[in-house]
Amino acid sequence: MDTFQIVALLPYQPPFLFVDVLDDITEHGVTGRYTFKSSEFFYKGHFKDQPITPGVILTETAAQIGLVCLGIFLLKDKISQNNKPEIGLSSNQMDFYIPVAPGETITVVSQKIYFRFHKLKCNVKLYNAKKELVAKGTISGMIK
Amino acid sequence: MDKEALIASLKTIVKPYIQDENAFNNLNENTDFIADLKINSANLVDIILDVEDMYDIEIDNDAMEKMLTVKAAMKIINTKLNEQQ
Repeated sequence: MDTFQIVALLPYQPPFLFVDVLDDITEHGVTGRYTFKSSEFFYKGHFKDQPITPGVILTETAAQIGLVCLGIFLLKDKISQNNKPEIGLSSNQMDFYIPVAPGETITVVSQKIYFRFHKLKCNVKLYNAKKELVAKGTISGMIK
Repeated sequence: MDKEALIASLKTIVKPYIQDENAFNNLNENTDFIADLKINSANLVDIILDVEDMYDIEIDNDAMEKMLTVKAAMKIINTKLNEQQ
């Protein structure tokens, strides 16, 4: 399964798809990118007259790339267009360091901690175009 | 392994994940992890990984699916420990 097939199998669509491309994926982890368009729906309200990417959206981006894409890759034999993944976020703990403005490209680097009994747990790090650490944390979800 | 000691060690493992304090205080062989302690399925996985570490055993998918009550967990732990001897 190549990275384009993985992205095509994601159960999201705009305005809540936060994966553009995967640069690398192995059974141990994944690296992928998303560019936040100035037209994203949440910039109108977060904040008034001062658009900044919400932390929950950065967490969602990390989860879509770091957890769901990796989960689809790990389950590749069982997942197809006719058998889409069932997913659910179970927990996350994130720290945020640098604000992300409209138009920025964020790279998510995710490393698997474990994948057992349908639960995938990963360490995630988010970097901006200057390779500065924007956020990091741990995210877990159930996927099958 | 002694039943009381096993229940006591299971209690320390499940404590961080329980949502029902009363059911936890009354924990016994018949306690159901999900129905009584209100533990979610993701945390049930954490409990099983903690059980593996504490007893140095490996729990497979079949055993995991049966591990829904304290009694079932004790039976599986004892079976795995006996297999190692």
